[in-house]
Amino acid sequence: MEAEANSGSPEDSWAFIQRPGEGCRTVPLAGHVGFDSLPDQLVNQSISQGFCFNILCVGETGLGKSTLMDTLFNTKFEGEPATHTQPGVQLQSNTYDLQESNVGLKLTIVSTVGFGDQINKEDSYRPIVEFIDAQFEAYLQEELKIRRLLHNYHDSRIHACLYFIAPTGHSLKSLDLVTMKKLDSKVNVIPIIAKSDAISKSELTKFKIKITSELVSNGVQIYQFPTDDEAVAEVNGTMNAHLPFAVIGSTEELKIGNKMVKVRQYPWGTVQVENEAHCDFVKLREMLIRVNMEDLREQTHSRHYELYRRCKLEEMGFKDTDPDSKPFSLQETYEAKRNEFLGELQKKEEEMRQMFVQRVKEKEAELKEAEKELHEKFDRLKKLHQDEKKKLEDKKKSLDDEVNAFKQRKTAAELLQSQGSQAGGSQTLKRDKEKKN
Amino acid sequence: MKKRQKKNGGSPMDPLRQSPSRSSSRASSPRTLPCEMLGYVGIEAVLDQLKIKAMKMGFEFNIMVVGQSGLGKSTMVNTLFKSKMWKSTMPGLGVPTPQTLQLQSVTHVIEESGVKLKLTVTDTPGFGDQINNDKCWDPILGYINEQYEHYLQEEILITRQRHIPDTRVHCCVYFVPPTGHWLRPLDIEFLQRLCRTVNVVPVIARADSLTIEEREAFRHRIQENLKTHGIEVYPQKCFDEDINDKILNSKIRERIPFAVVGADREHIVNGRCVLGRKTKWGIIEVENMAHCEFPLLRDLLIRSHLQDLKDITHNVHYENYRIFRLNESHVLPRGPGWVNLAPAPVSVPAPAGPQANPVPPKVGGWAKDNSDEEC
Repeated sequence: MEAEANSGSPEDSWAFIQRPGEGCRTVPLAGHVGFDSLPDQLVNQSISQGFCFNILCVGETGLGKSTLMDTLFNTKFEGEPATHTQPGVQLQSNTYDLQESNVGLKLTIVSTVGFGDQINKEDSYRPIVEFIDAQFEAYLQEELKIRRLLHNYHDSRIHACLYFIAPTGHSLKSLDLVTMKKLDSKVNVIPIIAKSDAISKSELTKFKIKITSELVSNGVQIYQFPTDDEAVAEVNGTMNAHLPFAVIGSTEELKIGNKMVKVRQYPWGTVQVENEAHCDFVKLREMLIRVNMEDLREQTHSRHYELYRRCKLEEMGFKDTDPDSKPFSLQETYEAKRNEFLGELQKKEEEMRQMFVQRVKEKEAELKEAEKELHEKFDRLKKLHQDEKKKLEDKKKSLDDEVNAFKQRKTAAELLQSQGSQAGGSQTLKRDKEKKN
Repeated sequence: MKKRQKKNGGSPMDPLRQSPSRSSSRASSPRTLPCEMLGYVGIEAVLDQLKIKAMKMGFEFNIMVVGQSGLGKSTMVNTLFKSKMWKSTMPGLGVPTPQTLQLQSVTHVIEESGVKLKLTVTDTPGFGDQINNDKCWDPILGYINEQYEHYLQEEILITRQRHIPDTRVHCCVYFVPPTGHWLRPLDIEFLQRLCRTVNVVPVIARADSLTIEEREAFRHRIQENLKTHGIEVYPQKCFDEDINDKILNSKIRERIPFAVVGADREHIVNGRCVLGRKTKWGIIEVENMAHCEFPLLRDLLIRSHLQDLKDITHNVHYENYRIFRLNESHVLPRGPGWVNLAPAPVSVPAPAGPQANPVPPKVGGWAKDNSDEEC
């Protein structure tokens, strides 16, 4: 059987279309075929599937994370401000359904609660990393299932991590550096300067330069907006130079001119959130939502998730090739694991069975004891009953004897009296009789 | 998120093998709160981002044409894609007919309005041409399963590629000869086996030999045949998502199989240049709905349902194959060839039906697999 399949050679990895020289030739079309509607078909299918986007906000309490989310998505998400007295860092996740024209978005916002509040902050980053890993793990589990529902699966992997930097104006805190270093290989990290209305313009430029140099010198890889596609390369390129964005969040509105604008009001002036001269909020919104949402999702899936998957599978003992360099069978390792697992299950079953048998024995013994006791009691009662009966009988016998004796005496007495009356003096007899009666 | 619904009660054959139920209420999704947005945020810009990404990546489509020789398969492909994919094969006098079924694949890149499509057409010369056509579908099934196998292999690698090349057959166009009577036993056998593994679109080939009334009668009889034998062709009823899809797809289902005529020559009719076949009694215009239903086929395959074909192949047929493969891996005995992922899975008996006969495994490893798959 010959099948000259030219496509699918393992050397193609990337844009296979760009290199038609590998055996596919470009054929000119003699007329309109109609597959230029393909992107629309794809888009329609994506619309019916819906989109999902997960943002993780990491930052100290009070830096304005929830307010920024409200401002970004033009809505009021539920929630109350957290206190500073949390014993450890916890992550709070909320999912919202947003709808804009015909696009439905399932937005999940995860926020760190209590970050940076403890006295000892060594382990602050750990819950965050564990959470991100847990989402990858859930997806990996679903992917490895035999019967899986991947197209139905609600993707909970974090697509973007907004790291809120406190506006000190000096440099990054060591907590920030440590946390960002731990996160950069797991998630797309986008650092932003929060509450940036506390910094003046000149301080801001210096602050940004300091932050960028510190990140570079510590080897922290933050997310760079992609510049390989001509459509967005220019925009992304200029934006990359403005990182980290200095943002302000606010939900209060004020009428300026004839529009309602989101502002923060101070005695000395009003800060407009959507004014590019005042802060970088508009840039953040552009980059995060309007230009690069899809790229963020793709990077999460193809880079971070693949890395996690590779590490996890290697940990579990799967390999692509074994020492003889024959392709290793995933099935074989699966089977080994399955046997192991079955063995464990069997052991457990045995243990349980043994325990069960033991318990049954104990219960039986108990029951036997109880039965014995009952028998004993019964015997005792019976004996008691017999004793009583005997006593009664004795008593009855003695009573009978007495009655008999009495009867004898009575007859004897009557006989005497009848003899006496015959001798003389019935009156005395009567008198005796009366006396007797 | 709205997904495809599967009506679980509708599988007539094997209750054990069902496609993954694509219900819209998912156990794993978290509690969501609907939120009103008070202003424009710009979420719908993600659609444009998707489009840009898709146009950069390009699209892939793999189509297979099956039918006896002389039914106009190559011409049809050329007409569909308006280019010379194949040279129309006309066997010369000295060329022997192929003794066994051979599959031939050819790949081209075509571009239209900036959209690049990598099209692979697989032809099956020799199908149904022998005297004894028993099991002539096996090589075809084998080829289809081999493509699934390749994809599965790539997917389970530890370090896998960013974009796995998709060689799976998305659509199989089956050419029914225009006898005008019924589906032949060969057709029925083939369709039964294939509709579980791949999306099948039957067409009545060379429909210019039938009059309009004969066509309609033939179509109805074929539809009855398909229903009697439980053959679900594309678009499958069980995958209709919502009422719009149902309406759209029922209209298509009424007209299946399309009566098509293929032509790659142009003629002048009424001053216009049209593709057609010229005969002594007139010119049959291929793109004229009054003459033949080629436009319907083209619209179905290319303009409206191409993405859908790919989706069903990926989400249903490929998943079924994967389930089957991963389940049977512990059933196969470990032989010397086990370390390489076993090339020849044992064939599962053919679907229950009047012609049920278990197919023995073929020696010499052409991976074929008659898994009972439901749609």
